[in-house]
Amino acid sequence: MNFDMLAMQAFTGLSVFTILMLMALGLAIVFGLMGVINMAHGELMAMGAYTTYGTAVLFETYFPRFMDAYFVVGIVFAFCITFVFGFLLERGLIQFLYKRPLDTMLATWGLSLILQQIYRQFINAKEVEVPTVSWLQGTWQATETVSFPLSRIFIIGLAVVTGAAVYMLLYKTRWGLRIRAVTQNRSISGAVGINTTKVDAFTFALGCGLAGIAGSSFTMLASTGPVTGQAYIVDTFIVVVFGGVESLLGTIASAFIMGQMQSWFEYFMSGSMARASILLLVIVVLYFRPNGLFATKVRR
Amino acid sequence: MANRDLWGLLSRYGVVLLAILILLVLPLSLGIFRLGLLAKYLSLAFCAVGIVLIWGYGGILSLGQGVFFGLGSYMMAMFLKLERAAEADSSTSALSTFFGQAGLPDFMSWNSVEALPWWWEPFHHVWFTITAILILPPLLAFILAYVNFRRRVGEVYFSIITLSLSAIMAIVIVGQQGYTGGINGITDFKTFMGIDLDQDNAKIVMYYITAGLLIACVLVGQFILRSRLGKVLVAIRDREDRVRFSGYDPALFKAFIFAVAALFSSIGGAMFTMQIGLASPSLVGIVPSIEMVIYAAVGGRLSLVGAVYGSLLVGYGKTFFSENFVQYWLYMIGALFIVIVMFLPGGLASLMEKLRPGKSAKNAQAPIANELKPETR
Repeated sequence: MNFDMLAMQAFTGLSVFTILMLMALGLAIVFGLMGVINMAHGELMAMGAYTTYGTAVLFETYFPRFMDAYFVVGIVFAFCITFVFGFLLERGLIQFLYKRPLDTMLATWGLSLILQQIYRQFINAKEVEVPTVSWLQGTWQATETVSFPLSRIFIIGLAVVTGAAVYMLLYKTRWGLRIRAVTQNRSISGAVGINTTKVDAFTFALGCGLAGIAGSSFTMLASTGPVTGQAYIVDTFIVVVFGGVESLLGTIASAFIMGQMQSWFEYFMSGSMARASILLLVIVVLYFRPNGLFATKVRR
Repeated sequence: MANRDLWGLLSRYGVVLLAILILLVLPLSLGIFRLGLLAKYLSLAFCAVGIVLIWGYGGILSLGQGVFFGLGSYMMAMFLKLERAAEADSSTSALSTFFGQAGLPDFMSWNSVEALPWWWEPFHHVWFTITAILILPPLLAFILAYVNFRRRVGEVYFSIITLSLSAIMAIVIVGQQGYTGGINGITDFKTFMGIDLDQDNAKIVMYYITAGLLIACVLVGQFILRSRLGKVLVAIRDREDRVRFSGYDPALFKAFIFAVAALFSSIGGAMFTMQIGLASPSLVGIVPSIEMVIYAAVGGRLSLVGAVYGSLLVGYGKTFFSENFVQYWLYMIGALFIVIVMFLPGGLASLMEKLRPGKSAKNAQAPIANELKPETR
């Protein structure tokens, strides 16, 4: 294996990482911070992807001149729509289930089935694809033999920006402070005058919005179908659990490790067996570190 | 007054009523085709009964019962397939000699696997197969659960671990097509120890065996719950730390009950394969594993008998809706998940309790685990 091979392999790992990280960021907030097991997270990603697809169709019909800009608009739309949906979901369903995490799992699984059927019935039963905007077509020729697709580089950039934005929001703003307070102890936060209802709804909606961004970004890599979300949900949960549920940094690190593992394992065995071995490896690691790799030390 | 007696009878003799229903009423009133469907739901009900034990009384939500169901199912299928292959060999040997290896299951020949893998070998013997079905899955479940609970892997994490296990199992089965039949599963076998499974008589006998075993599982479950072991289990569910401080090892109890549930699932899987005639990866993955939980939830997560009714109801609902209005089935089952969790956490069994006239605190079912729990965060 020469250097070029190595670089390509690492880059593949990097792009798997960014996808995993974008998917897991939202879940890290919803599951890690709020303790809600949202099995419909995958369907929210699909919702983001479908929104991007819708934006593409919209631009194609009404503003074909600005077609180049649609993808950016699509990401914003995807965030907004999943954000609003998440807000309504929290108000309508999740807020009643905060003390029963295992039940959130069942209820949101039901929701995911309903969403899947809605996609199948009202959007398209087959997979849909979005056109790649002209400035993301092509590759960047790093050296004579090594080249990286522009769309993947864009997603890496998007992941960095999103990750930084979430970090800033959580740790550098008043809102972030309130979110962290409420997620640590809901009743005491309420007692010191934080509007916990509002913060809960906002936090959940934010997590869903991030799922929308993730969905939007992987329209660049693959087509979207009604069951796309289901295919990602286990990986997403595993990333969050593996990293240590309460740690945002842990989520990012575990996405990185799993991305690289996926890329390297696939070099030696088939894609599906690579996935199976990684899942198995994660279970073993969880045995040694039950609270994940980067668990913060708390007394329970 | 007569009314009150009826409800009392219903809860006291729930198992007897269930036995009358599935051993007498249903088989006598259904044709052979419907009976086959019923057998399918009953096979899945084994998992639901196990889930009541581990989830309702143990407080552990397993999203991996499909794994144990699948293990039982595949081990039985391996035996049946080998018998089929040996039989085909003796009657029409030309084809099998043409494909090279004699006595090899057909899908292996198609995938150019040349020799029977060593772990298929013991499944030539029926007693080995049955022993393996009864011992391997519970053993695996016990080890898995014990090491995890020993390390105090929390309930949610354990759910996610079981979830990934079912994902792994489905991935491996589909990926290793040459050894497992891949996405098609293991199909096309006919006889069990020389008995033609396709015959009506055999089907009816198989049905009665399944229903009988299911009733036996419910009784075993009831026995466990009524014993002191069951009391410890409920105590662990409600306040694990206090039980630990009292000198018990909660991990051992939880692992034991998890193994019992795995045993039930495995038996269900084996019976499923004998009757439906296939072992398929579509029954071991995440989706079926979660569906098994809804069977238990619909019937009532605290009611062993309820779990069987839940399986029958959801199973029939699925067949009915997919025969008549295909596209509404997912809406229906999705709504069912949400409604049960939101409004009826105790399932149909708790609805019975609510409807019961003149109920008193003494008669009320044990409350739902999670509602009792102190807020942990």
